[in-house]
Amino acid sequence: MQNHAYSGRQLALPLASVFAAIILTIGTLLGSSGAANAQQTTASSDRIWHDLKGDVFGDRAILVDTGVVRIEAPKRAQDAAIVPVDIYLDPAKAPDGIKSVTLIIDANPAPVAATFQLGKDAGVTHLSTRVRVNDYSYLRAIAETQGGQLHMAQTFVKASGGCSAPAVKNQDEANATMGQMKLRQFPPKETMTKTEELQLMIRHPNNSGLQRDPLTQYFIPAHFVQKLSISQAGQPILSMEGGISISEDPNFRFDFTVHGNGEIQVEAIDTDGKTFRNQWPLETAGL
Amino acid sequence: MSIDRLRRRLVSGFACTAASAALLPCCLGRAVLAAGGSSRFSLRQIADGLFAFQGADELMTAANDGAICNLGAVVGTDAVAVIDSGGSLIEAQAFLAAIGKVTAKPVRFLVNTHMHPDHIFGNAAFREIGATIVGHRNLPRALDARGAFYLHNYREQLGEALMEGVEIVSPTMLVDDHLQLDLGGRMIELRAWKAAHTDNDLTVFDTVTRTLFAGDLVFMGSLPTLDGSLLGWLRQMDALTAIDAARVVPGHGPITADWPQALAGERRYFEVLARDIRKAIVDGTPLREAVKTAGESERDNWHLFDDYNERNATAAFAELEWE
Ligand SMILES: [Zn+2]
Ligand SMILES: [Zn+2]
Repeated sequence: MQNHAYSGRQLALPLASVFAAIILTIGTLLGSSGAANAQQTTASSDRIWHDLKGDVFGDRAILVDTGVVRIEAPKRAQDAAIVPVDIYLDPAKAPDGIKSVTLIIDANPAPVAATFQLGKDAGVTHLSTRVRVNDYSYLRAIAETQGGQLHMAQTFVKASGGCSAPAVKNQDEANATMGQMKLRQFPPKETMTKTEELQLMIRHPNNSGLQRDPLTQYFIPAHFVQKLSISQAGQPILSMEGGISISEDPNFRFDFTVHGNGEIQVEAIDTDGKTFRNQWPLETAGL
Repeated sequence: MSIDRLRRRLVSGFACTAASAALLPCCLGRAVLAAGGSSRFSLRQIADGLFAFQGADELMTAANDGAICNLGAVVGTDAVAVIDSGGSLIEAQAFLAAIGKVTAKPVRFLVNTHMHPDHIFGNAAFREIGATIVGHRNLPRALDARGAFYLHNYREQLGEALMEGVEIVSPTMLVDDHLQLDLGGRMIELRAWKAAHTDNDLTVFDTVTRTLFAGDLVFMGSLPTLDGSLLGWLRQMDALTAIDAARVVPGHGPITADWPQALAGERRYFEVLARDIRKAIVDGTPLREAVKTAGESERDNWHLFDDYNERNATAAFAELEWE
């Protein structure tokens, strides 16, 4: 029951929340004035979250700072287009297992940056990625346990100063290399452990659609990696439903528990319906 | 299904925002009055028929009118070409007033060296006087993607008063590769570069005095900022060096400098940064940690190091990971 209701909502809710946040963002853009003091901005981020959370999670209770999930990001975004964020999961604090983590950036035009589903026995405890941060905002990680409990951790990120914008830096290059992938494997130093780290990189502009076609003057639709799945020999490790708040060239580094020596497989689908696939043999320590 | 509709809403939402921002009361008259306070704006003659303004070695603030980058004016027998419009309408008005004191020739062209606010926030003042705005073919695209963000972000940093009348005005004459502009008895050569400081860098070369207006392809004193491609910038260093110029007006730093010696500092900085970042990548150090120390040995060589080095390192890391 619980599972069913949730998966039905998965599809609809990020969209609803995108819409809600658009209105809010317009309000922010037009209404803001004066110097941004930290008190005000954490409060305004909280206000956005207050209006947003119902769209994403309904009226379900969200437990805060229970230690099930932690989130870290720099206090100030240096480059608004590339803000590194680390999410840590503590399986000991959620004995029934963690099913998914949703990453939310309150003040962004599309606040639901991504929802990650974790493979059942994948043993993911750390996931880092890079996001766009448009404005002073909380970054929130909300983990859902197998039993349907929600646990949240948050960290506040100040917007980058100056001329760093959350946009693609080298658009021609981004278009030319789209779909290329790179997988880095960091096998464990001790051969006995079965935990290994992977870093998946995908070339994609992950565009916001805020640019005009030079000929038609119409805005080009948003173009981003919508779905991503990473597995080992058909067993899911991690999958993602994402949006434009994930930085260009989406980049994910995470640990997982190796099962056998099957290859690592990746499939990514973007909003144009393009599918990118790749696979790599597992590198193991001591080989 | 509804995803398309919602995506379009998102987009038109932003279009509205940009349009409303453009409709803010844009009262040039009041800006001119305010410009009375900008008596510190002074143009210096740097060669025959060539004038430049030296920007402050600072971040853009209300106190400095956003006037942080170097600006130029080239005077021909028929017309004047201006290089960059400055970081506010107030600065642009002061700039135009100063040009009026050194020549009676009309300002026919405004050349934007690239997309950054300190170089383009004064554009509306030049559109008002009927000047043709010229830029890199990628500049309109870059401004479409960033314009609303710049206006919002700088309203906080510069304050309402200085932002009054500031609009994102895109160029109408675009440079694909090379373009010559005839000012009467004087040709200036515009050159569009591949991604380096940004993906829309344009330089201006005055053939009469062999002076290069480099925009932010050349930083001196203030730490260069990376908003395009580190590899592209390094790859084009030799082509930049090969320009047969007698002097350069850098985007930031002294009003003129010897060429090509002016490039040495930034070239060294980017080589150090690339070396440090490459080592971190090979070692498997995550971005978040690597950017805290990369480039550190260059700290004492630059102003604004703490403001920009970590940002540059972040962009460099994301780029060099793909080598
Ligand atoms: Zn500049
Ligand atoms: Zn610049």
